[in-house]
Amino acid sequence: MTAPELRSVAAVAPLIRARELSPVDLVTSCLARIKAGSRTNAFITVTADRALEEARKAADDIAAGGYLGPLHGIPVSVKDLVDVAGTPTTSGSRVPPGLPSRDAPVVRRLREAGAVIIGKTNLHEFAFGTTSDETAFGPVRHPQDPSKSPGGSSGGSAAAVLEGMCFGSVGTDTGGSIRIPAAACGIVGLKPAFGEISTEGVVPLSTSLDHVGPLARTVADAALLYQAMKGSPVYGIAPAGGRLVFGIPRPYFFDRLEAAARSAAERVIGRLRESGYRVLDAAIDHAEWTPEVYLHIVLPEASCYHARRLTECPDKYSPSIRLRLEMGRYILAEDYIRALRLRDALGRAVDRALDDCDALLLPSLPIPAPPVGATTVDVDGLQAPVRATMLRQTQLFNLTGHPAIALPAGSGPEGLPRGVQLVGHRRRTERLLEIAAAVEAII
Amino acid sequence: MITVDSWLQAALADAERRGLPELKPLLETLARTTVSLREADELLRALEAEPRPDDGATP
Repeated sequence: MTAPELRSVAAVAPLIRARELSPVDLVTSCLARIKAGSRTNAFITVTADRALEEARKAADDIAAGGYLGPLHGIPVSVKDLVDVAGTPTTSGSRVPPGLPSRDAPVVRRLREAGAVIIGKTNLHEFAFGTTSDETAFGPVRHPQDPSKSPGGSSGGSAAAVLEGMCFGSVGTDTGGSIRIPAAACGIVGLKPAFGEISTEGVVPLSTSLDHVGPLARTVADAALLYQAMKGSPVYGIAPAGGRLVFGIPRPYFFDRLEAAARSAAERVIGRLRESGYRVLDAAIDHAEWTPEVYLHIVLPEASCYHARRLTECPDKYSPSIRLRLEMGRYILAEDYIRALRLRDALGRAVDRALDDCDALLLPSLPIPAPPVGATTVDVDGLQAPVRATMLRQTQLFNLTGHPAIALPAGSGPEGLPRGVQLVGHRRRTERLLEIAAAVEAII
Repeated sequence: MITVDSWLQAALADAERRGLPELKPLLETLARTTVSLREADELLRALEAEPRPDDGATP
């Protein structure tokens, strides 16, 4: 039998409900995996004692007939950008951390659904990067190859989920920071529609682009976590039925891909056709504007939040993080406003691309997990900056706020994961999850 | 409108004054993206100024 910690929430929840599996055993096995997998450096804080105490209470409550639902007794981790009462929120930085006395609402809702918080995960400092190797707590390493990055900024979350250190994790996504590490690690990462999940108690990177969402091993698990994080009843989802229509935005999103990332996406497109789904071309007008628009929003918004500490303790920041925050202080208000106008236009363009289809499908990451510390990568024979390359497929949907989900889609010749991303209609995150479950079943 | 070039010169001088010379190459890169941003904005304005197919079709 597969060890319990390596199975999905959907698989273990009935066992917990039937008291055939104890939350205490589940938490104990996750803690053992955290200890065994310490080389990945996935965690900054492990709340072992409190997690075991909560697991014992969950076991007692379930025995007394107080089963709360599929997340009751399930170990979940939280990116260390999100407040958990009684633990410092380090943001992966040497900048003095916040010491919250209250859980962020997203954490409180998970606890209300019965989840057990097992610890705080490592990340790219202040979520301001895609590789999780600029952090005061040492780089996060890919569980399959420690010379590689697990992606970021929610890199510790993705590594922890992949390694069975928890069943799901709370991540944040400002330009792709849930979907990029999910793709690099071969798990599922959901960026819900903008504003659906509270960002209160979460250290901001860019207030108009920040999203909170789950990383999990399956779409069904991501759906359970999403529902709990949103404060909805936790009932899960069923895969979408009927003859779904998928739009493929080839211009821009298929222009700069390494061969195996392209093959993985084409393989999935082929499987969609074989399964009877319709596949259409669906270009997004002016998608090439995305990097400039993104930069002129994320930089000043990030600089604004950090302004006081940039003055008070500049040397506490990693040098490159500090410089990028400083760069944001120079952007003119008129250019920020231009970027906001262009963002609205891009949003309308994504809406038009979705007009005739249920979801867009594109590669989630143009490259496999890059080497730890790399600043450039090879993309189809050309050297390109790591960060810009990793953000290329995801950041548009932070600008527009459409829900998007990264799904694993096999692996490349070196054995590292490749993935695809689905993008849904505005505010239709649950429908996107249903579509993603249908796609997951045929990949 | 402040030109990108005049903005860049002022930003470079300020970075030097603040003892952040390592910021200069980043500001030069940012200037190039600002040029692209403004070109995109001009294009969007031009597209929005074009008459839509139904303009003038009804009284």
